Amino acid sequence: MPFLRESPLDLTGLIAAVTSPERGGIASFLGLVRDHHGGRAVQRLEYSAYAPMAEKECAAILAEAHERWPMAQVALEHRVGALEIGDAAVAVAAAAPHRDEAFSACRYVIEEVKRRVPIWKREYYADGTVGWVDPTAPGGAVPARPEAGQAS
Amino acid sequence: MTPTSDVVTVQVLLFARFAELLGAERLVLELPRPATLQSVLDRVLALPGGAGLPARPLLARNQTQAPPDTPLEDGDEVAVLPPLAGG
Repeated sequence: MPFLRESPLDLTGLIAAVTSPERGGIASFLGLVRDHHGGRAVQRLEYSAYAPMAEKECAAILAEAHERWPMAQVALEHRVGALEIGDAAVAVAAAAPHRDEAFSACRYVIEEVKRRVPIWKREYYADGTVGWVDPTAPGGAVPARPEAGQAS
Repeated sequence: MTPTSDVVTVQVLLFARFAELLGAERLVLELPRPATLQSVLDRVLALPGGAGLPARPLLARNQTQAPPDTPLEDGDEVAVLPPLAGG
């Protein structure tokens, strides 16, 4: 089952996938596209990925979570392609016998996804400009070439 | 000994802003042995548009992040990764 999805994410499906009679707690995280970034109004965005490496990293992150919290079961999906404001960009569901492991495993997975998975975000601003999100840059983004973004 | 043993041929993948700057998503480079990820980076930085890249971007060899001194073998897939922005 690929972690990268080109169609809308299904958190309910992820929760169902990790639910089992011995796991009494489920923590979930849903990351949505927000309408602003660094003080600028965002209209839409596009996620792209180095897909084979991203799939490997996601699998490794879930394996690590399973090693740290052996009783936990975690499911993960990340969207790629064109997204609108409010669309789900990333979804995590973590089930465990008790809430502590569920919260911890969920938090671990989303933080590692942000830190390690090769995915990039191109933002389209209300003023007509385009930028690549760069968490290491002042303001959090660097200008992109608008002519390269006329896909739609 | 064939002449090809003196060079390492690698596929270089560029993504997002780096692909925009270089005007390409994929390059094939022939590098003299011994070649490392740094050898690839040096060549990429010297290409037109390469000056816009940071001096020390994240690098991957065969889909795993690796340090610049990582040796390369013939047929390796190298990726030069802009700052990650998933999640």
